[in-house]
Amino acid sequence: MRLLRAMLLRDLRLAFRRWGDVVSPLMFFAIVTSLFPLALSPRHDVLQSLGPGVLWIAALLAMLLSLNALFRQDIEDGSMEQLAIGPHPLALLMLYKSLGHWLVAGLPLVALAPLLAVTYYLPGDAVAALCLTLLIGTPTLSLLGSVGAALTAGIRQSSGLLALLVLPLCLPVLMFGSRATALAGQGEDISGPLLLLAAMLALAASLLPLAAAAGIRISLD
Amino acid sequence: MRITLPTWFHKLASPPHFYRFARLLGPWLLWVSLLLMLIGAWGGLFLAPPDYQQGDGFRIIYVHVPSAYLSTMIYAVMATAAAIGLIWRIKLAHAVAAAAAPVGAWFTFLALVTGALWGKPMWGTYWEWDPRLTSELILLFLYFGYMSLRSAFDDQSRADRASAVLALVGVVNLPIIHYSVIWWSSIHQGPTISKLDAPSITTDMLWPLLVMILAYTLFFAAVLLQRVRAEVLDRERHARWVQELLAGPEGEVR
Amino acid sequence: MLLARGLTLWRGDNCLFEDLDFALGEGQVLLVRGPNGAGKTTLLRVVCGLTRPEAGSVLWKDQPIADSDEYPLALAWHGHQPGLKSDLSIRQNLEFSAALRGQAAGAWQAALSELGLAALADMPVRQLSAGQQRRTALARLLSSPARLWVMDEPFTNLDAAGQAYLQGRLQGHLAAGGLALLAMHQSLEALPARELWLGAAD
Repeated sequence: MRLLRAMLLRDLRLAFRRWGDVVSPLMFFAIVTSLFPLALSPRHDVLQSLGPGVLWIAALLAMLLSLNALFRQDIEDGSMEQLAIGPHPLALLMLYKSLGHWLVAGLPLVALAPLLAVTYYLPGDAVAALCLTLLIGTPTLSLLGSVGAALTAGIRQSSGLLALLVLPLCLPVLMFGSRATALAGQGEDISGPLLLLAAMLALAASLLPLAAAAGIRISLD
Repeated sequence: MRITLPTWFHKLASPPHFYRFARLLGPWLLWVSLLLMLIGAWGGLFLAPPDYQQGDGFRIIYVHVPSAYLSTMIYAVMATAAAIGLIWRIKLAHAVAAAAAPVGAWFTFLALVTGALWGKPMWGTYWEWDPRLTSELILLFLYFGYMSLRSAFDDQSRADRASAVLALVGVVNLPIIHYSVIWWSSIHQGPTISKLDAPSITTDMLWPLLVMILAYTLFFAAVLLQRVRAEVLDRERHARWVQELLAGPEGEVR
Repeated sequence: MLLARGLTLWRGDNCLFEDLDFALGEGQVLLVRGPNGAGKTTLLRVVCGLTRPEAGSVLWKDQPIADSDEYPLALAWHGHQPGLKSDLSIRQNLEFSAALRGQAAGAWQAALSELGLAALADMPVRQLSAGQQRRTALARLLSSPARLWVMDEPFTNLDAAGQAYLQGRLQGHLAAGGLALLAMHQSLEALPARELWLGAAD
């Protein structure tokens, strides 16, 4: 528990020392979602049908934006070496790191999503579903992203590569998240997709930190 | 927990052994697969009756279905080889994974192209977000990611291990992606658009298909062996057996 | 205690070392020496378990280091990079290290004041000089109960007083039965150290 607290405290402190890095994904989320009405059409019915997908895609891309820096600094200044030789399993530390990333990069998106959903005229049920699916889905994205970030941390010029690695793996979360939001808007029961999203999160939290730890060891080698 | 591999496996996994083994086996696999391919093509194009709905258009399944089957199978082969390389530190296994990836990507591409060509007479468009085609497309992206990651490293051993981790994450994700796509399309589309299935397959249609699948698999095995040989030569270029081979009495690398 | 057997490592097409053996017992120090690029740092990283050798193994109490539960607690690594977050203060950095290694909070305070940095404890590491950053990293190592110190060029960036202090601490560590593996450019007069030469031995 002390370790978890120390890790989170450290990562949150570091994140908030650099305010811009916390805020820019949020701005990105807001700007990308406002591009679609401007580029396509401001008609209510069009936006209502596009909304769930657009909001989910924008959230996914916003999370991707902050991934590239997830381990890079730690590797360059040598703190990752200290984590890797320490007495705790590196996979556990990776899980905590992902949690820290989600608190900084994922949770604020969940909070901002309802505001943006209003500009897409989503009905109340869909807004609630959007927040719920983002709340369950974005941690999985953080975990998937941590694997991609760990594997590419030792490579220069890797942000394009990172997207190429991570995006295909994120598709199930994206599909379930956005479709469940749309279904909720049509008044349907979405407990099925929500449970599946939760199952994906459980699977991701138990397996992906191991892969991220392996990736970090390779990047440190 | 330590699982050990049988000794014959280690023996085969030694690069010089494997190189000789592949040189003997490779041509046989290639000729048998070409022969089977001719038989399958003859059976599929001339013996099988036209489909009562699709006419002769369905005959593209003799290319499409084996390609689609191989595209997934090769990913599984690649991930298995990667796991063996990662866990038991067998370098040859990494060479197999590296050699398999581009072949897998090509079969995936072939499955997509033949699927699109088949789609034109069936759907009236080349592309339809049919679950099987969509899965193939995502699979192609996974292959791209794997190959890009591998090429981004300068160091061979790091490239091997990093791409192996990615292949393992990908292979766990593959079924999840597949079933997500099926769920997603079941919500979107009614039953009006039929899937890329041979609707009512008769024995005359089926046996050439099975022969073709076998022929393609053997063809993949032959190509894989050849590619692994090249990969092994490159990786072991400083080893004595490669130097001897290059300067050997045969005078050439066969 | 520490035993390296048959270590072989290639970097690309270059062989850094092949079939390297050494042993380190209680109270002993081994200096790894050699020209730049000879693989001194790499050998130290192999001993820390950060870099995997092509062949060979490192044993701690007759157990491979990857399987040993004791080794992570017995090992302290003082690498070339200080391993400090530049946006955090010295206190926050060392407090985190203590939590990571399960030490008591504030265990680092004595070492820090001996190194003359106690007054700067709340200053962000980014504002410290290179020497002060090395001292902060030293404070982390000196406050840990680790038995094996693996240090890469520990005297770099330290002034005369700092070097003398570190030599004294090393002597104390060895006298108490500790082990030390140091990558060095110069030899150590004050310590009866064995030397291991890497690279072109001329």
